[in-house]
Amino acid sequence: MIPTFPSIPWHQKLIPGLTTLSVIAFLAVWQVLAVFLHSSNLPLPETVALVFWDACRSGQLPYHLGVTLLRLIVSFSIAMSLGCVIGILLGRYKKLDTFFDHWLVIFLNVPALVTIILCYVWFGLVESAAILAVVVNKLPNVIVTVREGTRTLDQDLLEMARCYHFGKRKTFLHVIWPQLHPFVMAATRSGLALIWKIILVVELLGRSNGMGYQLHLFFQMFDVAGILAYTIAFVGVIQLLEALVLKPLDKKSQRWRR
Amino acid sequence: MTTVDINIISKIYPQKERAQAHAAIADFKLSLNPGEFVCLVGPSGCGKTTLLNIIVGLDTDYQGSIGVGGQHSHPRIGYVFQNPRLLPWRTVRENIELALPPASSTDQIDALLDVMQLSQMQHVYPERLSLGMSRRVAIIRAFAINPELLLMDEPFVSLDAPTARQIRELLVKLWQQRPHTVLFVTHDLREAIRLADRMVFLSSAPMQIVSHIPVDIARNQREDEANIESFRQRLLNDYPAIKTLL
Repeated sequence: MIPTFPSIPWHQKLIPGLTTLSVIAFLAVWQVLAVFLHSSNLPLPETVALVFWDACRSGQLPYHLGVTLLRLIVSFSIAMSLGCVIGILLGRYKKLDTFFDHWLVIFLNVPALVTIILCYVWFGLVESAAILAVVVNKLPNVIVTVREGTRTLDQDLLEMARCYHFGKRKTFLHVIWPQLHPFVMAATRSGLALIWKIILVVELLGRSNGMGYQLHLFFQMFDVAGILAYTIAFVGVIQLLEALVLKPLDKKSQRWRR
Repeated sequence: MTTVDINIISKIYPQKERAQAHAAIADFKLSLNPGEFVCLVGPSGCGKTTLLNIIVGLDTDYQGSIGVGGQHSHPRIGYVFQNPRLLPWRTVRENIELALPPASSTDQIDALLDVMQLSQMQHVYPERLSLGMSRRVAIIRAFAINPELLLMDEPFVSLDAPTARQIRELLVKLWQQRPHTVLFVTHDLREAIRLADRMVFLSSAPMQIVSHIPVDIARNQREDEANIESFRQRLLNDYPAIKTLL
């Protein structure tokens, strides 16, 4: 007899369409509210789309988005690499951890605005001060996450690596890093979200280009359509990063799981 | 093949918080002949794993000396732990290859996988293996480095009897093809009789050697359960003190 397989229930077939449905529902609610309120404070979706299109064609939006992205890449790379190294060291060496623990808690809780202002005051309204302000805000976050990951490393596997004379490089690549990967990914995701927010404040306070600077201009002119158009670009970039970089990385590193 | 000389004057676990200081091993001297299969038999918690950790260099806080194959400081020691300790994010073959010293040939891995009946599973991740299969991979990893000494710490514990028997037979087959010096820890007397050239009985902590008993059953007669059982009975009659060590 030919075996028969149960068909997929109708409610499961709907799952891939749910994301599209939620976007359509959001746009519909926005449209209804905008028509109902009839105010420049909440423009119609089509008005925002037109502003977005014009900003893209004029090159203004790609330029400012590009500048912000560049700042994001540089500060994110510095914060992640420094944070991973320091986090691993603090996780491995208890005395070092005890020495720095208080400072870590302090830096975790210093308001972002304070470090941004201090960086600009001490180093001037220059690019390096802006990058430093972002790094200082993000760094403690990465350190704490990676430190917790390092504390939970499987000692049995580390012993196995010692018995078979793996050496430092092989132990790091094949034993330590795969265990830290989920923690680094958590730091990456939370870090990107945090840096996006901080970088706009940094640009708003002390730079003459970038998304933060542009949003500040729109705010001065009460141009809500401009603010929303730039926000859409923002959301688009985040979605692209998630789909093209983070999810494939996750998939590749988790392929050994059942 | 290599001579192994173990001389541990003392191994003491220092006092820690509420736990008292604890002498784990005292005046322990054991020599293994090249290619000899020695089973250490002793009660749970007597310090067998501590001894293996000292030999392999994981525990350096002891008084005494370990000599494996002469003078060099990093002897090749294969260690089969109680749990397989495979890297879950590396395939079976990668787990074995990673244990090999740099620039060594990987050719023999195929032969080892073949003997252990795992050729079909070499590109599979450990999470998809049964416990018995994982144990076999751990044994292959230990043999693959062509060890001067092979340490095995109750590698068949928590396996069902037929699986343990199958892997035991495969281990003997592999060892007969590649007769390395083996130190095998167990608290199962029948298992020790099946595997050993010599059994070394150990006291509870502080661990000391109580007696050395050679197993004089020919290798080809050890598959017969009756031979194992009669040896065991004879042993228990001749050395009644052994009963207290099992």
